[in-house]
Amino acid sequence: MNVTKLMKGNEALAEAAIRAGCDAYFGYPITPQSEVLEYLAREMPRHNRIVLQAESEVASINMVYGAAGAGFRAMTSSSSPGFSLMQEGISYLAGAELPCLLVNVNRAGPGLGTIQPGQGDYFQATKGGGHGDYRLIVLAPASVQEMADHVFLGFDLADQYRNPVVILSDGAIGQMMEKVTFKPYQKPTADKSWATTGKPASRKRNAISSLFIQPERMEQHNLKLTEKFNRIRESEIRFEEVNTNDADYLLVAYGLSARIAQKAMDLARAKGLRVGLLRPITLFPFPEKRLRELATQVQGMLTVELNSGQMVEDVRLAVEGRVPVAHYGRMGGMIFTPEEIERQLETFFEKAYAN
Amino acid sequence: MQTDEPVTHACVPDDYDVAYHRPAALMDVNMHYCPGCAHSLVHKLLMEVVDELGIQDQTIGVAPVGCSVFAYEYMNIDMQEAAHGRACAVATAIKRLMPDKFVFTYQGDGDLAAIGIAETLHAINRGENILIVFMNNAVYGMTSGQMAPTTLPGMKTTTSPFGRDTKFYGAPMKIAELVAQLPGSSYVTRQVVNSPHGVRKTKQALLKAFDWQKQNAGTCLIEIIGNCPSNWRMTPLEASRFIDEEMVKSFPVGDIKTPDQPSLAPTPENL
Amino acid sequence: MKQLEELVIAGFGGQGVLSLGMTLAYAGMIDGKEISWMPSYGPEMRGGTANCITILSDTRISSPIISTFDSAIILNQPSMDKFAERVKPGGLLLYESGNIFKPSTRTDIQLMGIPATTEAVRLKNNKTMNMIMLGAYLQLRPVVKIESVMQALAEVLPEKYHHLLDLNRQALELGAISVEFQRELIQT
Repeated sequence: MNVTKLMKGNEALAEAAIRAGCDAYFGYPITPQSEVLEYLAREMPRHNRIVLQAESEVASINMVYGAAGAGFRAMTSSSSPGFSLMQEGISYLAGAELPCLLVNVNRAGPGLGTIQPGQGDYFQATKGGGHGDYRLIVLAPASVQEMADHVFLGFDLADQYRNPVVILSDGAIGQMMEKVTFKPYQKPTADKSWATTGKPASRKRNAISSLFIQPERMEQHNLKLTEKFNRIRESEIRFEEVNTNDADYLLVAYGLSARIAQKAMDLARAKGLRVGLLRPITLFPFPEKRLRELATQVQGMLTVELNSGQMVEDVRLAVEGRVPVAHYGRMGGMIFTPEEIERQLETFFEKAYAN
Repeated sequence: MQTDEPVTHACVPDDYDVAYHRPAALMDVNMHYCPGCAHSLVHKLLMEVVDELGIQDQTIGVAPVGCSVFAYEYMNIDMQEAAHGRACAVATAIKRLMPDKFVFTYQGDGDLAAIGIAETLHAINRGENILIVFMNNAVYGMTSGQMAPTTLPGMKTTTSPFGRDTKFYGAPMKIAELVAQLPGSSYVTRQVVNSPHGVRKTKQALLKAFDWQKQNAGTCLIEIIGNCPSNWRMTPLEASRFIDEEMVKSFPVGDIKTPDQPSLAPTPENL
Repeated sequence: MKQLEELVIAGFGGQGVLSLGMTLAYAGMIDGKEISWMPSYGPEMRGGTANCITILSDTRISSPIISTFDSAIILNQPSMDKFAERVKPGGLLLYESGNIFKPSTRTDIQLMGIPATTEAVRLKNNKTMNMIMLGAYLQLRPVVKIESVMQALAEVLPEKYHHLLDLNRQALELGAISVEFQRELIQT
């Protein structure tokens, strides 16, 4: 039976974790995501699940490693500075091919930055983040509903590909309240015969490790991972399009920025400007092919991000120079208004039609 | 990663009684440890105990980064390789999720006492029902002999070429005494393996620790004074003497705390 | 009923700004509307005010962060100074007259002051001030049903506070009456 509630994004994510059968959550307080730990500290014991406030983000991520290696659904959440601390552990998780769910409620940086929302962790999330050669599946929720939905999806994808999945949210989506509907969920069965559950006589021992000291074996492992990342690129791209059918110009934005961009698009459309929006839902894999197709239709693209220009690089790579791709960003926890973005659009159209 | 089972070389004639054999839980492979190193011996003791208690199918080990990084190649049980210093965090999660299993970490002095001290102390303070086997040989073995938190005063290492200056680097950390002060620790002992007597005592300590774990007594830590002939620039025999003559001065051997005799635990007064 | 209502509620922390918006959002959900509630965050954080943007809509809400509003409920002077100019022409600016000595002088919007703090004293509970303001707002902009607000309060408030539900209903009614009283004052 469906259940609809009014919840903060962080709370919806935490509730979804319980409903997705998360066995263990390990976390450390940091604004603006502490509600996740608080909610689960209250609710997980009722479901006989494990919740533990660790001594640091370093410990949290390694606890996730232990739990995932033992075959359990495990997750952690943090915000930018704390997520940086986890990068070593994330690299190990990717190397050892352990499924788990990681949440970064992005705040503005660098350094201690501010507690206000930001999207400056795009590169960190989509390009690996830690050392070595790996990718994470990155989901970018744009609503409280998606904060919940992406938990189910994230756990399932993690199990399917034996790879860590990141939900890259931001402070605003984490703190705001919207309606969220939880649908009945059936956890898919996943083969976890590799987990360290104690070696019975009937099978060989299981070892969870990312260590391959011989270069030949390490490269074989790298090739296997690369093949997996390519499969993910083939099968898991998700995005949403609004008004792209007749668009002369395309906005590209994810998360909170996509919501604001959509309002800007409405304002522009009211003035007769044919603007469309493409919202990547997966940031890795990235909707390169669709952007390349749209590049033959529109006259230009504008990425709208709460950073100095990160996703714009991926959009430019995708369109292969077919159309100009501009970037508009605010930083430091400042957020653009729909009107601000709409003015950018008007400027583009003025220039385009002046020629 | 699932590793291949090694071939067992049965070479004992039928009409001989086997008085001493490799523990079934220990893989029949050549270890990479240097001649005279204590790691192989302690691996064997651990697996002997696993055999004797019949818990091969219930034991999960956590291997560190350090010389024993390949411990899972030698121990025929399920194991996880942890990032440097994080074994206690990894073990915490495994034990919390599978409280009926036996969980141990096997860590060196750099791993546990330097980079992993926070995870170690907090796991013990929470009283995680795990066994920490702490191999203290006073140097970073794997990276070839740098100074560790447990390096003796005046001891020369590649990064303390003029001897450890305690004014500059502090005194060696007495991990066993330190963790015994935390209420979460149950059984804390320090042992040596450079004599048959020491080996027997160490094995007894391991047996006790698994027994306490079964009783959910809290964290057990067994500090084993190891040796490192290669990096100490000594023969195995000299290294063995060095333990008796020098190491035990900084690291006295014996039980520091037991669950049935908590009064043994050091206080700031009697330390 | 209107298809879309974009509302800002602003005042000092502790005046019940966030819970006012949350109650309204909850009632909107009960009425089957799309809703979003965004607490003070981003640039609005500064200036000594707490605020929240509450949006109710019959269709999917795009941006939860907006810079101009259909209505504003203003509970202190700094918020009046900050938000008065951001009410759309023809919009509503409802303010707590006891806390605000210098209301906006705009003539292209509907301005109304409610002495909610004084009214709350009459209810012997100054924490009902925000519900009086909500009652007044709903009298002018009936975006949700009063019964839905009551249902929302019943669901949001823990059991141990349910004895206060009746007080809250009185506060909502008092707010509505205050609006009618102000209207009469304006007409005469």
